[in-house]
Amino acid sequence: MASSREIRVKINSVKNTKKITKAMEMVAASKMRKAQERMRAARPYGAKIRAVMRRMSHAKTEYKHPLLQKREQVKNIGLIVVTSDKGLCGGLNTNVLRAAFGKMKEWDQAGKQVHVCAIGNKGFGFMQRLNAKIASYLTHMGDTPHMEKLLPPVTVMLEKYLAGEIDEIHLASTVFVNTMKQEPVVMQLAPIVDAPDQMAKAEGDPDRGIFEHHWDYIYEPDAKEILDTLLKRYIEYTVYQAVAEHMASEQSARMVAMKAASDNAGTLIDELTLVYNKTRQAAITKELSEIVGGAAAV
Amino acid sequence: MAMTIHVDVVSAETLLFSGVATSIVIPGERGELEVYPRHAPLVTKLKPGSVRVKRPDGQEEELIYVNGGLVEVQPDVVTIMSDSGIRGKDLDEAKAEEAKRAAEEAMRNKTGSMEIAQAQIELAQAVAQLAAIQKLRKIK
Repeated sequence: MASSREIRVKINSVKNTKKITKAMEMVAASKMRKAQERMRAARPYGAKIRAVMRRMSHAKTEYKHPLLQKREQVKNIGLIVVTSDKGLCGGLNTNVLRAAFGKMKEWDQAGKQVHVCAIGNKGFGFMQRLNAKIASYLTHMGDTPHMEKLLPPVTVMLEKYLAGEIDEIHLASTVFVNTMKQEPVVMQLAPIVDAPDQMAKAEGDPDRGIFEHHWDYIYEPDAKEILDTLLKRYIEYTVYQAVAEHMASEQSARMVAMKAASDNAGTLIDELTLVYNKTRQAAITKELSEIVGGAAAV
Repeated sequence: MAMTIHVDVVSAETLLFSGVATSIVIPGERGELEVYPRHAPLVTKLKPGSVRVKRPDGQEEELIYVNGGLVEVQPDVVTIMSDSGIRGKDLDEAKAEEAKRAAEEAMRNKTGSMEIAQAQIELAQAVAQLAAIQKLRKIK
């Protein structure tokens, strides 16, 4: 049995760990609230742009934008992977990366080349280790998603798409369901598919079903330019929203993970204290019996 | 009651304004325009400037700064989608070019800062393990 001193040292070390995890849990809880607010604040823009897009794509049919055109041969695929910069948040990043990796393997077997845009340190490191072709990346984002920082790596992908270097863009990220639950998803960004995506559902999109209703718009300067800007903004926004959502998920997941760690540390301390007391008791008993034995011998 | 039009001003980060107006002045790319209720459907680009929302019933005029973006006008709803930050085709391209170069750099440079950080952590772990082993030996 370990000496009582060793156990005492161990208990102190676990206590220190518990202090840290407890502090991290509380920091994550306060950050989580802000991150969730930011995620919700971004939703009106998404709802509006989606509604306008839907109305426009039905009002204007003579001009075919490449972002709406499905390509016949898909050889190169762009994948934007949204992860966080830091770990210690449970299986959050692992789940996203696993989903992304699954898709990548699928594409690889189909003979398609994958170009990666890694957002977040975890995804970047993972893709580097995989030896994936990294087209652009973004790390050190901080706690708030900034459109300005996000734009360059996303623009790289969009330009590649418009230049015909890649034929499809997919987005791997996390959908925030609630504090306890976050789901990894891989969805197609470009060409834009008009499917009821999960994000629209979460927004309670008020414009669903407006399909038949179309307006004959006046375009200024012309439809091509407007559509071009609109669709690009839409894709940029979708990535922004994914990052905002991932950040909210990250803080929630971290809070939950740290709470579990603190609880485990508590249990461990209890168990160790029990062992420590037993050892101490045993030592005292042993000493007493030695004294008694010694006295009897005299 | 005077005729009103519903106005929503949104940016990717947040909802800037939502409410009714008697008319609204927008900084269009082809010049400023004022939209009254029952305006013909219109979609146009914005240039950076301020949107003036004239409120009914003598309420104060709302002044919202937008960084350019898009506006959609329907007879009874105006939706302004403001950009975040300053945008420009050349600026975007230059930044994208920079991002591309950084990625290529990272690809070529497999022993980038990421790898070094990882190696440092592994080294620290190994040193700690060695120290622990030595301590254990001493105790024995």
